[in-house]
Amino acid sequence: MQDPDFLVGFDQSDDAAVYRLSEDVALVHTLDFFPPMVDDPYLFGQIAAANALSDIWAMGGEPKTALNIVCFPEKMDLEILRRILQGGSEKVLEAGAVLAGGHSIEDVDVKYGLSVTGIVHPERIYTNRGCQVGDVLILTKPLGVGIVCAANRVGEAAPQAVERAIQSMSTLNKYAAEIIRKYPVHACTDVTGFGFLGHLHEMLGGERHAVIFSRAVPVIPEALSYADEFLITGAAQRNRNYLEAHVQFAPQVPFSVEEVLFDPQTSGGLLVSVPQAAAQDLVAELQGLALPSAIVGGIVEREAKEIVVL
Amino acid sequence: MKKTVDATGLRCPQPVLEAKKALRELTHGQLEVLVDNSIALQNLEKMARQMGLASASQNLGPDRYSILITVGEGAEVNSQPELVEAARGTVVVLSSEQMGTGDPELGRLLMKSFIYALTELEELPAKVLLYNSGVKLAVEGADSVEDLRKLAQRGVEILCCGTCLNFYQLTEQLAVGAVTNMYEILESQMAAGRIVRP
Repeated sequence: MQDPDFLVGFDQSDDAAVYRLSEDVALVHTLDFFPPMVDDPYLFGQIAAANALSDIWAMGGEPKTALNIVCFPEKMDLEILRRILQGGSEKVLEAGAVLAGGHSIEDVDVKYGLSVTGIVHPERIYTNRGCQVGDVLILTKPLGVGIVCAANRVGEAAPQAVERAIQSMSTLNKYAAEIIRKYPVHACTDVTGFGFLGHLHEMLGGERHAVIFSRAVPVIPEALSYADEFLITGAAQRNRNYLEAHVQFAPQVPFSVEEVLFDPQTSGGLLVSVPQAAAQDLVAELQGLALPSAIVGGIVEREAKEIVVL
Repeated sequence: MKKTVDATGLRCPQPVLEAKKALRELTHGQLEVLVDNSIALQNLEKMARQMGLASASQNLGPDRYSILITVGEGAEVNSQPELVEAARGTVVVLSSEQMGTGDPELGRLLMKSFIYALTELEELPAKVLLYNSGVKLAVEGADSVEDLRKLAQRGVEILCCGTCLNFYQLTEQLAVGAVTNMYEILESQMAAGRIVRP
């Protein structure tokens, strides 16, 4: 039997679960952890935390408490663990939340993440469903971090590309969320493992259609050249297999752009669907932040496929 | 000459990198790459396609796949779909309510007579695409509605950009033709035998 206060669960593939406590307060719960994608343990901690916290902002909430989840090999240098946790706790602090504890187990590989609890007003929840025809889509971080990390893993990434990816992944979505909060929002999600097109597909929910202007999408420039070098991931191909039937690429969209749009993101940006009237002001304000934000497309009446990329 | 790269146990993008390295040293012949998962295989197929090389894949058993990539003269395949074959006659593109640039009044008059002239043609175009302010030619009260109707009655497909109608808030006033989307607009032009843009 469904509890009427259980407002958002997994059934709509949303970013976090929401449970209403009273008329004006609901709890937002989320959990995320993964193995390192960068060499530096401190940066890995920061990125894992930024990624876990993000789901709370994607729901329109504010993070309040966080718990560490750690898998760590018994024989590994504990200094590495200390650095991971330090990176994580600094991001929790920056988020305005409290690190309240956690749990660790021994494992063959390192994994780290957090379970985060936040609050949201039950009437101000951003679900990832709800975009309306005429809405404008805005993305608040560049794409391509998955490709850059893959290239880095095989020693083919330029230092400045890795730096850009790390800057993007470790930046909290808090700052974008604080701006977005001032505008009417029809739908919001964060772009993570399913890639830009995967999360957009979830947002459209089989009911809406979208046109994406691929040239307007912010991208880490090196990611395009790495994609042309086939420094591509298995996860992007899995995303492509899953989404292919829903996406139509115009003939002039290059292969590298397709790959970037399928590229799984770690701690990616927010993707918001807002009414046209609010879009220009919102994007102008977002462009004052450190990472590039842009209008990347719109929700349209009907198209040949669910998503058309021009 | 045939070369084999065993990329089993390697994680993407490593199998593709190993294959690329081997291809650099192979001027002609065949390269076989072995991998242990279908996703790595698909990434190799994608690479071959992008490089314009023919490839054939095989499932050799559980967790074992091979792809055979052919390099050398005559091995390159055209990775672009043959567009000419799909030619479907003439497509007329009306991207503005005016013909040419200059005085707007003159432009509107010219457009009106252009569309009238279309109806007089012996060989009609397959499609007329209207976008941006071109959609204004097909709404109630527009000078050319009658001529566009005549074309439609004679089998010419009249397609109006839905986004544009929305933008000019003319969706309700559309008098002739069907609403279309950007993809169809593009595809019609890509597949056209000839495009006429007044």
